Amino acid sequence: MKKRVFAALMAAVTAAGLLAGCGSSGSDEGSGTTESTEEGKVINIYSWNDEFRTRLEAVYPEVESTSDDGTVTTLKDGTEIHWIINPNQDGVYQQKLDEALMNQADAAADDKIDIFLSETDYVYKYTDAEADVAMPLTDLGIDPDTDLADQYDFTKTTASDREGVQRGSTWQCCPGVLVYRRDIAQDVFGTDDPTAVGEKVKDWDTLKATAEELKAKGYYTFASYADTFRVYSNNISEPWVADGETTVKVDPLIMDWVENSKEWLDAGYLDKTVKGQFNDDWNKAMGSSSKVFAFLLPPWGIDFTLNPNWDGDTGAWAVTNPPQEYNWGGSYIHAATGTDNPEHVKDIILAMTAEKDTLLKISQDYLDFTNTVSGMEEAAADDTYASDFLGGQNAYEYYAPVAENIQIAPLSAYDLGCVELFQNSFSDYFQGNVDFDKAKDNFETAIKERYPDITEVQWPE
Amino acid sequence: MKKKRRSVSYAKWGYIFILPFFICFFIFSLIPLIDTIRYSFFEYYRSGIKEIGPNFVGLQNYISLLGSDMLKYAGNTLILWVIGFIPQIVVALLLANWFTDIRLKIRGKQFFKVVIYLPNLIMASAFAMLFFAMFSTNGPINSILMSLGWISEPIDFLGSVIGTRSLVGLMNFLMWFGNTTIMLMAAIMGISQDIFEACELDGCTSIKRFFYITLPLIRPILAYTLITSIIGGLQMFDVPQILTNGQGNPDRTSMTLIMFLNSHLESRNYGMAGALSVYLFIVSGILCFFVYRMTNGTDSEAKAARKRAKAAKGGDRR
Repeated sequence: MKKRVFAALMAAVTAAGLLAGCGSSGSDEGSGTTESTEEGKVINIYSWNDEFRTRLEAVYPEVESTSDDGTVTTLKDGTEIHWIINPNQDGVYQQKLDEALMNQADAAADDKIDIFLSETDYVYKYTDAEADVAMPLTDLGIDPDTDLADQYDFTKTTASDREGVQRGSTWQCCPGVLVYRRDIAQDVFGTDDPTAVGEKVKDWDTLKATAEELKAKGYYTFASYADTFRVYSNNISEPWVADGETTVKVDPLIMDWVENSKEWLDAGYLDKTVKGQFNDDWNKAMGSSSKVFAFLLPPWGIDFTLNPNWDGDTGAWAVTNPPQEYNWGGSYIHAATGTDNPEHVKDIILAMTAEKDTLLKISQDYLDFTNTVSGMEEAAADDTYASDFLGGQNAYEYYAPVAENIQIAPLSAYDLGCVELFQNSFSDYFQGNVDFDKAKDNFETAIKERYPDITEVQWPE
Repeated sequence: MKKKRRSVSYAKWGYIFILPFFICFFIFSLIPLIDTIRYSFFEYYRSGIKEIGPNFVGLQNYISLLGSDMLKYAGNTLILWVIGFIPQIVVALLLANWFTDIRLKIRGKQFFKVVIYLPNLIMASAFAMLFFAMFSTNGPINSILMSLGWISEPIDFLGSVIGTRSLVGLMNFLMWFGNTTIMLMAAIMGISQDIFEACELDGCTSIKRFFYITLPLIRPILAYTLITSIIGGLQMFDVPQILTNGQGNPDRTSMTLIMFLNSHLESRNYGMAGALSVYLFIVSGILCFFVYRMTNGTDSEAKAARKRAKAAKGGDRR
């Protein structure tokens, strides 16, 4: 008898717990269906930092106010934007986003994701037509051909699925340039003029000769072998993994990177003590006591990493053309499938990525290179866009031509892991811890561990 | 039967009081445990945002794990553990012996006990990040050594196998020696003072006293410390993970078993991760069995006595 009472009690407690978990979604589902014709009251935006929020607050005309902790922005019609921010580190952002997207269908109307952001490294995962988590822009009522005609073509390609249906849009565009120290240029070349220095770094062969000059005076050309990686990896001709295949194909260009990096490192053109990027040593290499001549960075890199790490006088840096055009990064805005606020989402995407005036304002306030071809051409010719940090130089003059020439590398859903693990496996080789074949083996092991569906790695002959 | 019903039984209250624990254990431990074992027989992971499986594959996961570098990572884990454990047990024994020696009259014992325990209270990941910054190639340790003139080139601590492994060992040592010291002190204080006095009267030096009196008498606790430390070492994760960015650099030589497990979980590979967990579960289970044996009658005489008593009672097993 007693046993039975206990059993009943336990069952009741367990059931109560289970029901409590389901309660919120279960009860709201009904209201979600009735409201589907009108707009919901809450717009949920998933992102990894406050970059998008600050820009939206600054330029979106419908914004009324933002709470002090930055989690809720109220629009003029009373709709609330809820910001759900998870850091990118260790894949936390994607984990949380994936979890939420998989529950999207069952979530209450106000809990559904309406907008989420993605980066170039993993945008392909979310634009996949089969997964269908990001709405095609045409379904929202945006026609990419007319509404987004002024955007750079490669950003549109990046945000499209394999059939070419655009499923996202961006306000920024990340042409990579070469940023160098004026004082070192003066010391070595006798001039710090961007055009003259640009001549010295115009392609890899010239740059190598220049590196020798720099070395003679005791300077490093770049900080780390990882600095040049994006230039190579953004110009590959085949995706890392072709659609529907389970083989990682390593592009010959990537192997060129390995070969050149090893050569440059051994020759002393790179600082041996700096391993990889975004670590303490790399940040220090941007300081005034470092011997590093240049960095290869996109506009956000200059604003977010170089500027905060520089401890000398302002105006010590200048921008010039890179040895090869490339793109690094970029945040894409997607409308989540199943959103209950399609009108708001459409309005936000258009306002943030298609309005030339808004984009130019973002460029002025945040130094972003924005996604408007005609606007950026104007900026390149307009001296009000000159930067104090770059000693009064108008960097748009160099960004704009790079942006126009970017051939975006074909993407795959495995890019993030491939890029990360490849660099990691081969840094052991660069440092002389393992030989070349062992580094290849390590990459194969690591990539198969990260992506269980990968069966083989093909190396170029 | 009748007799039982008449007596007042308080046993039910015991069950009611432990009920919350069992409910929590059932929901949060037992069900996930069974699920882990179940999924280890399935192919079940996520590719992008698409879920693959679960498809039943039998022992496939177990077999492919044996074919992978799992044993190498087990070796790494063992090496990292040994590097940390040897200094830890030596220092802990020494400190425990000093702190409990009444003739030394160390002042501020309580204070030191707190201080040596403190590193254990820091989050391991924060500790690892601190070390990562301190021992980076252009970090403070290298600058100090260079300004002292001891070295001319910065040492690449985290770029070499020995450097990385010793740093992990050092951190584990710093974090755990306080804990071990306190445990061993309790063990030494459990030894009757009469024995120490008697040996002093017989003219023992303190070294002899340590080796012939203290050490043999705290053997059960020492064994317990060893085994729990091995089990803890098997699960070593946060320190090497943070220090090497999750990659077990260089050349995967500081990749521990749990880091290996974690890299499977990046793609939500519940099948493989489950199989690896089951392997770890079996190893921990065996080790636990040893602990159980040791804490329940390491004293062979007592065991023999108990056996005799049981035999006398007449073949009643348990």
